[in-house]
Amino acid sequence: MRGIVKSFGPVEVLKSVDMDIVAGEVHALAGENGAGKSTLMKVLQGVHPITSGTIEVAGQPVTIRTTADAERAGIGMVFQEFSLIPSMTVAQNIFLNREVRSKSGLVDDRAAEQAAREIFDGLGVTIDPKARVETLGTAYWQLVEIAKALSKNASVLVMDEPTASLAKHEVENLFQLIDKLKSRGIAIVYISHRMDEIRRVADRITVLRDGRVVLAAGIAELTAAEIIEAIIGRRLASDLVYRDRQLPVDAPILLEATNIGSGRVLKSVSLTIRAGEIVGLAGLMGSGRTEFARVVAGMDRPTQGTLSIDGKPVRFGTPISAQRAGIALIPEDRRDQGLVLDHSVSDNLTLPVLDRVKSGLFLSMTKLRELTNQLVTRFDVKVADPYAPVSRLSGGNQQKVVVAKWINTRPRLLVMDEPTSGVDIGTKTEILDIVREFASQGNAVLFISSELPELLAVADRIIVFREGRSDRELDRDDVASEEQLQLIIQGEAA
Amino acid sequence: MSSPATATRPSLITQAVTRFDWRSNVIYIAFVVVFILFAIFLGSDGFLSANNMLNIVRQTATISIMAVAMTFVIATAEIDLSVGSIAGLASVVTAMATTQWGLVPGILAGLLSGAAIGAINGGLVALLKVPSFLVTLGMLGLAAGLAQWITASAPQPIGNTLYVQIFGGGDFGPIPGLLVWTVVAVAIGWVAMNRTSFGRRVLATGGNPTAAAYTGIRTARIKFTVLLLSGIAAAIAGMLYAGRLESGRFQWGQGDELTVIAAVILGGTSLFGGRGAIIGTLVGSLFMGLINNGLILAGLDVAQQSVVRGAIIIAAVALSRKK
Repeated sequence: MRGIVKSFGPVEVLKSVDMDIVAGEVHALAGENGAGKSTLMKVLQGVHPITSGTIEVAGQPVTIRTTADAERAGIGMVFQEFSLIPSMTVAQNIFLNREVRSKSGLVDDRAAEQAAREIFDGLGVTIDPKARVETLGTAYWQLVEIAKALSKNASVLVMDEPTASLAKHEVENLFQLIDKLKSRGIAIVYISHRMDEIRRVADRITVLRDGRVVLAAGIAELTAAEIIEAIIGRRLASDLVYRDRQLPVDAPILLEATNIGSGRVLKSVSLTIRAGEIVGLAGLMGSGRTEFARVVAGMDRPTQGTLSIDGKPVRFGTPISAQRAGIALIPEDRRDQGLVLDHSVSDNLTLPVLDRVKSGLFLSMTKLRELTNQLVTRFDVKVADPYAPVSRLSGGNQQKVVVAKWINTRPRLLVMDEPTSGVDIGTKTEILDIVREFASQGNAVLFISSELPELLAVADRIIVFREGRSDRELDRDDVASEEQLQLIIQGEAA
Repeated sequence: MSSPATATRPSLITQAVTRFDWRSNVIYIAFVVVFILFAIFLGSDGFLSANNMLNIVRQTATISIMAVAMTFVIATAEIDLSVGSIAGLASVVTAMATTQWGLVPGILAGLLSGAAIGAINGGLVALLKVPSFLVTLGMLGLAAGLAQWITASAPQPIGNTLYVQIFGGGDFGPIPGLLVWTVVAVAIGWVAMNRTSFGRRVLATGGNPTAAAYTGIRTARIKFTVLLLSGIAAAIAGMLYAGRLESGRFQWGQGDELTVIAAVILGGTSLFGGRGAIIGTLVGSLFMGLINNGLILAGLDVAQQSVVRGAIIIAAVALSRKK
């Protein structure tokens, strides 16, 4: 790929990116969220056509405008989950829309199953081609995707965070499979945030930052610290700085978690949060942060361990019982889980507190309006008309609505899962201010973020999650730099 | 009909039993249980006679044919509420055209009326992205009104004996013609669903539209096609009503859409798309006929039948519901 430029309207997301993908090599692609990784891959995949630049496959220039073009060029994608039909069998999925037919012209499932079995045999994995995909675990979905791509004679496989939902031994299996694919001359583009995996599996790395290539080298020549520095870059340190806050020395413990485990991901988490404290949770994708947040907020029941609030053990069966105990969760995906997008800003803001705006049996429109105005002003939501759908607001303002909505329920503990993703820097600082203000009133905040600068700016303490465990606890003063924290998260630092 | 896909040790019978997918197969169990109950309590009323059995098949033929096509519609996660009205419309169109122009133009006119309405349903859903629930709900009223209008509410007698012979009135030796129609419809439906690329595309479109589109399936076209086919199948059902009852009436088929949808869902096809069980649909349809027949034999009046039928449908659907 040479000089790839991709613009969305006036915004250049990719600025002249070069990338050479060599047959039989694993090429890692790294960079922060928004650096352009996924756009680059969507270009390869035919979802977005390029604005300028050239793509050559085996020396031949190719035009990729549709997914079919990408397929013809031999580029295969291994998605996390979106390209399989859960209700169909493995073999049916692999040959979907390219069904194996018998002489009579009818679909021949047995031949497809045989062909699928041969592909799996070649990969050294055992999967029943007749099994319905929905009955298989995530690790198998991925293998089915790989088999699907290989059945189309892909010479380049793009894997996007392939280990995000895998258990440890499954990851090792995947790496062995990748080695096997390499030896067959297949090139792999490996997108990941995890340094240990990149160093284990990749031969070469390209790091993107702000749509530009900032590092392209063989992996052997690099240390983890060098890669991390390339990813992070030299930041303008002005906007996101830690403000020393007066923490009450002997504030009571609000929430205590002991040895909490749940499901496949969450193994054992122990931590405490005091009133007035902001505790940051750091860790890689899949390290159990979101799962822990779900347990605290009553969405999932823990399979082990105890949660106590004010020293009294609690068991939440539902989010409502958690809310009654004063816990509010601001979920990761605001569009799906945080907002009713088609409803107005006012409706969204007042949804959890409808009981408070009644007069008699009915909702009081006057009280609704007052409350809306008060919240919009207090949280400085930039909205022309609070009665217009919330979907018309910018991402940052939508997130403010979510934050305002939950803080207004007067929780004592606010759990925030990636509260600033897709939010511009200006709004980000405003949200961080809201969080600080909220905590200074004696409330506690559990702040989950993959963006280390903001984590360092807002958290009084940081707990690093690794593989479903609360692995390290760091005082704000213990962390000298973002690089150091990144190394700890990656498990590379002593 | 899904077999336990990943049973590793088949020797363990208990494991096979616990893994057996009760919910998708509940219709077969329900069918057998209800059949046995009726045989015990209504055997003396002639329930088990060959003639009564054939009657059940005759009475459910139109439902079965519409339900086979509906299985495809529901497997794409769409719905067609207009089938009953299309059947009524096709019955009067065929009757009028046969009287006017003869047998072949009559049959063609009937099919065409169903195809036209099916194409409008499909076009609105596929091109304008109007939810099929709304499109076909409107069409339910539109087609029924049209049928009543063009006939001025009068029944349209069919004098053509060959038409009556072919469409439901006649028998092939001991086999009723309506049984043949049912078997043919189910056979075509089963092959199309399970052994053609079309069937796969239907299931993929309903199972995960995003993934289907990524795989290069034109999901809009699939939706158009299934609604078109549903219209044609409904027209054939209407023509069978006209043949069996030797006249076209706008009332034929009225309310059938609910029986048809119930039969499909009972048969194990998911309302959320991605699953289509043709044999299950047939059994679901026969089950509905079985209940009607048994309740009549038991001497319940129309109002009581309606209550019991409603309760049984709710119970069976609740048991077969997956999520």
